[in-house]
Amino acid sequence: MRHTLAVLVENNPGVLARVAGLFSRRGFNIDSLAVGRTERPDVSRMTIVVEGDDRVLEQVSKQLHKLVDVIKISDITPEEYVDRELVLIKVHCEAVHRGEIMQVADVFRARIVDLGRKTITVECTGNDGKINAFEEALRPYGIKELVRTGKIAMMRGTRFTSVSGVRDED
Amino acid sequence: MKMTGAQILIQGLLDQGADTIFGYPGGQVLPIYDALYDANIRHILTRHEQGAVHAADGYARASGKVGVCLATSGPGATNLVTGIANAYMDSVPMVAITGQVPVGLLGRDSFQEADITGITMPVTKHNYIVKNIDELAITLKEAFHIASTGRPGPVLVDIPSDVSAGAMDYDDPGPINLPGYRPVLEGTEEQLNKATAAIMAAERPVLYIGGGVVSAGAHEELKKMAELLVAPVTTTLMGLGGFPGDHPLYLGMLGMHGSKYANYAVCECDLLIAVGARFSNRVTGKISEFAPEATIIHIDVDPAEIGKNVRVNIPIVGDVKIVLNQLLPRLAAKLPGAWKDKISQWKKEYPISFKENGNLKPQQVISEIYNVTGGAARIATEVGQHQMWAAHYYTYTRPRSFISSGGLGTMGYGLPASLGVQVACPEETVFNIAGDGSIQMNIQELATAVNYELPVNIAVLNNGFLGMVRQWQELFYNHRYSYTELSNPDFVKVAEAYGASGVRVTGKSELRPALEEAVRNSKPVMLDFVVEREENVYPMVAPGAPLNKIIG
Ligand SMILES: Cc1ncc(C[n+]2csc(CCOP(=O)(O)OP(=O)(O)O)c2C)c(N)n1
Ligand SMILES: [Mg+2]
Repeated sequence: MRHTLAVLVENNPGVLARVAGLFSRRGFNIDSLAVGRTERPDVSRMTIVVEGDDRVLEQVSKQLHKLVDVIKISDITPEEYVDRELVLIKVHCEAVHRGEIMQVADVFRARIVDLGRKTITVECTGNDGKINAFEEALRPYGIKELVRTGKIAMMRGTRFTSVSGVRDED
Repeated sequence: MKMTGAQILIQGLLDQGADTIFGYPGGQVLPIYDALYDANIRHILTRHEQGAVHAADGYARASGKVGVCLATSGPGATNLVTGIANAYMDSVPMVAITGQVPVGLLGRDSFQEADITGITMPVTKHNYIVKNIDELAITLKEAFHIASTGRPGPVLVDIPSDVSAGAMDYDDPGPINLPGYRPVLEGTEEQLNKATAAIMAAERPVLYIGGGVVSAGAHEELKKMAELLVAPVTTTLMGLGGFPGDHPLYLGMLGMHGSKYANYAVCECDLLIAVGARFSNRVTGKISEFAPEATIIHIDVDPAEIGKNVRVNIPIVGDVKIVLNQLLPRLAAKLPGAWKDKISQWKKEYPISFKENGNLKPQQVISEIYNVTGGAARIATEVGQHQMWAAHYYTYTRPRSFISSGGLGTMGYGLPASLGVQVACPEETVFNIAGDGSIQMNIQELATAVNYELPVNIAVLNNGFLGMVRQWQELFYNHRYSYTELSNPDFVKVAEAYGASGVRVTGKSELRPALEEAVRNSKPVMLDFVVEREENVYPMVAPGAPLNKIIG
């Protein structure tokens, strides 16, 4: 099963290497990893999507906890959460197909961000499923280049993950 | 007060209670060595950085304090890596300090630059590179805190030479703040209650203890618990000395070279209480058949150890000394019963033994070291057959008396470690039990022993082989002794060339007088025991076999 972990880390040099090294060393599979700073400049948040059964997940989380720079790990998989990923796709595009591709983009509420002589570049945000579907829809035209940010996620409603834990706003 | 980085470092070491460091100089630690020149701290110059790190490790294991070693950048730092990994595997508190090229030269493949924080990331509990002098004092404080609390381990601090040579107005660094580091020390009520119920219900309990009992200083509590429950105790290699080896409830080691009765007891127990142990594959044998009938309670300070290798029914995360103290008042005394009788029967039936044949046997050498020292020596070993015989034929009655590379199995560990032990325990008799292969991996440390008048006794069990590997070739590779026979130097002459004493012992009759003289002598001595060449370590569980398939 796939799990989505929200990992708060101290914004120290090397912290990404520590986390990445841990995953490869212990043979855990990362599906995606997105990292950036949070509302606190000294704290970064990693959203890690990892594949594994409960036992693997338990080890992943415990091993991550052993890293001194890791402050807090929440497996938000069972929670209600919003998740988003951004993808940039450069599609092969002859002039005759331009309208068609723009229609596809429209359906997915994607935006055209660049036009080349024989290419069109689109940006799309959404959850995993939507991004995958979008990619499939464009594949027949010939995808030249594709880049995804990896997923970021946040719990819905008043619940939130912070340095001091997962809690409800009081 | 204006202080240089190097002076701040030394102040930090002193503030942390470090009075001894083991090290080796070089270009990027020149500022530190200059400050050491008139510092109030003892520095031991080893003859190899690997010697320094193992000596710091031995010092830490014997004393319970944080071991400190120091090396220069590049090759000095990389020479520490094996020793750091060794300390990591055995959870030894250590701070390793390395010099580094100046900050401005980092990342340019500068002369003697090595990315030692990158290299040691997987083998340290944590590591740092200090790029600003104002972070130095607090970093050092954090390093000692992390190394010595929770599950102990090595922490590396890499210091560019412009940081150690720089100067600043020094102020006490104040309290540390590590939001991501909060070891859990106490067991929860719920888990303690579950464990209590399981313990009181059990009819065939076994206590399985590891290095955690030794490092937490929980040996007294452990003994109380064993006696209260009439529960036999088996130890890992790291746990030797955590329970008195002469106690009637003692089962010896379990696992690959454990006793038959310990392994049988684990196979038949209905409750296994693991205390500060980590279910290594050397201990469990075939994991699916490990302790098949047992409810397993696992007490450990490292939550990641719980359920890592073996299913655990009742985990208790916490410092083992604290948890045992929480448990003890909840338990009621039990009476000896059928289980104890069964174990006594096994003990009678399957003692650990060897056959005499007139030749000098390695097991005899260890037994005689035990007799001559009255069991009071600290023993540091290398890795191989001699290590297992040192575990089997010497009886360890107190913690921190058996010092050996367990997790990494590092040949070359024992001699430098024994020097660290001798530095920590200047009044005690220290033995390095060595093989003829292992001793040559750090034999240069004889010079350190002589230099600092550390009167260690080095007992080389000279079988002319990389014996442990030869044993596996004999048993599992059809006697094909591929590159395991050794042609050795004259160890007596080697010892003498270094300024130590050298003694060769070839027969049983010379054994006792040679050992008595070595112990009496206050010089480092190397004893070359020419022993039976193809003796095997038994009992043995073949790798991957279940524990009850124990042979020999
Ligand atoms: C650094 C290192 N290299 C290789 C090994 C593999 N190894 C384990 S035991 C052993 C033989 C040790 O020989 P010796 O020191 O003579 O001890 P003996 O087994 O003969 O008592 C070897 C090569 C090791 N443990 N450590
Ligand atoms: Mg040998």
